[in-house]
Amino acid sequence: MLRYSLKRLMSLILSLAVASLVIFLVIEVAPGDPASFMLGINAQPDTVAALRTELGLDVPKTQRYLTWVSNMLNGDFGTSYTYRTSVATMIADRMWVSLPLALYALVLSTLIAFPAGIYAAARRGKAGDMAVMGATQLGVAVPNFWFAMMMVLVFAINLRWFSAGGFVGWDKGLWAGLHSLTLPAISLALPQAAILARVMRSSLLDILGEDFMRTARAKGLSRRQALWRHGVRNAMIPVLTIIGLQFSFLLAGSIIIEQVFYLPGLGRLVFQAISSRDLIVVESVVMLLVFAVIVVNFIVDLTYAAVDPRLRSRT
Amino acid sequence: MNRNLIIGTTLSSLVIFAALLSFIWTPYAHTAMNIPEKLQSPNWQHWFGTDHFGRDIFSMIMVGARTSIAVALVAVSIGIGIGVPLGLTAAARKGSWLDEIIMRGNDLVFAFPAIVIAILITAVFGAGAINAIIAIGIFNIPVFARVTRGAALSLWERDFILSARVAGKSSARISFEHILPNVMNLLIVQGTIQFSLGILAEAGLSYVGLGAQPPTPSWGRMLADAQTMVSFAPHLALIPGVAIILTVLGLNLLGDGLRDYLDPRLRIARS
Repeated sequence: MLRYSLKRLMSLILSLAVASLVIFLVIEVAPGDPASFMLGINAQPDTVAALRTELGLDVPKTQRYLTWVSNMLNGDFGTSYTYRTSVATMIADRMWVSLPLALYALVLSTLIAFPAGIYAAARRGKAGDMAVMGATQLGVAVPNFWFAMMMVLVFAINLRWFSAGGFVGWDKGLWAGLHSLTLPAISLALPQAAILARVMRSSLLDILGEDFMRTARAKGLSRRQALWRHGVRNAMIPVLTIIGLQFSFLLAGSIIIEQVFYLPGLGRLVFQAISSRDLIVVESVVMLLVFAVIVVNFIVDLTYAAVDPRLRSRT
Repeated sequence: MNRNLIIGTTLSSLVIFAALLSFIWTPYAHTAMNIPEKLQSPNWQHWFGTDHFGRDIFSMIMVGARTSIAVALVAVSIGIGIGVPLGLTAAARKGSWLDEIIMRGNDLVFAFPAIVIAILITAVFGAGAINAIIAIGIFNIPVFARVTRGAALSLWERDFILSARVAGKSSARISFEHILPNVMNLLIVQGTIQFSLGILAEAGLSYVGLGAQPPTPSWGRMLADAQTMVSFAPHLALIPGVAIILTVLGLNLLGDGLRDYLDPRLRIARS
């Protein structure tokens, strides 16, 4: 296990290094100089040069890349070109919306998918299974942002149970904060729940065909007892992997959902940054999202290997 | 013929037919504004109603189908064009440094969700339908590379490949002449799935302004325009949404149906 973990850790560091290099190089080829963009077209050349020095744009590319990476490791993401404030602070503020939203959606998706998947597998081929599978087929076809708009129409505009958008802030209390994230979280969760329910069902069906399930029945457990004690437990391994992977999808998906509900999260930050050509903010947010995906995958791999020793030798 | 295949084929051909027909005929010009007739609900003159500029929504949906299909189709072609050769090479050189590099490269690309690629490209080059194509296309590459490699690996163990090797064929030639035709079914099924995912992704990207720009009609942008008017003109949001759902649903059913049809083993296992 230790050797496997070390090997995975090495490849984690390598992935992060290559990903950061790719992001840096893509942003590098962007036309235009940030300093002259910030100062406008009438700026004096020496003012531009001074600002370039201040932003650290006058040093060679390799050195800039290394400085960028080492600063990030120290939690310093640089200074925003347009707002002149620390990018790390801007991101941290927005993370308090995007991260809870993604987690909330993950919880909802799991709460919907587990019962649905287990129910469908237990009633395989019957009407209940057909209904769940039909619903998941529809669930994966619905664009989450459209579903979000429909929920705003029904629950915010017509029924007035929720506000149509915006975020009240966590200082208004946990309940108020969660309440304003509920519609976004549901719309984010539903398509993922459809996928997860399918994985849960097929994973459980595989297990139900195993010999040990027959043994469990033979030793006198009822269908229900065998299903819960031996079936669901064993079916969890692939399901947990998918849940881990879904977290990164949810974080990236929240970028689009935030637009529907006018939430001040990472998505809003990055779109504002794109339109004001604040490339350092774009660079940092993208790096953060990719970092999240890579690290979550790493954790999922390790958990998987800890639970199932067969996997350690495979990679 | 199974039920999925019939429904899937019907829905998909309907959308493709609408897209093709829009090249020669739409009820109205999709860009024609007619302010006096703005925001009409569906009626006999305008089957799907009109938007805030009085443009005919039915015509816009038809032309929008064109954008969706074009973006998703080119993105799938990018995925197949680059991913399949990579997967074939990795399988032919299983365990070598080349295989290792290709697979690690795949993992790396997987860490960039399509929306993140689109954000990067748009930040650097500005918004446009091309960006959506590239972003979704890059996202498709590792998908096809993995599917191809996985299927090709098991084929390389088979006797008929061994005979081809004994006959002195190079591994490149074997990959092309014997492996590729045998993974084709799998690629068709995966292609259908990626095509439907591409339609969803295109809609999402144009919704947030990272995809097709005006005046190119797109379902995602129609939804973005509809957002502020959803309280008094819900049909503006309802119709493009249903168009997306039916298209994606049709393609998914087509993919499921094709899988059962092309792989008889699965059919037996089911019954």
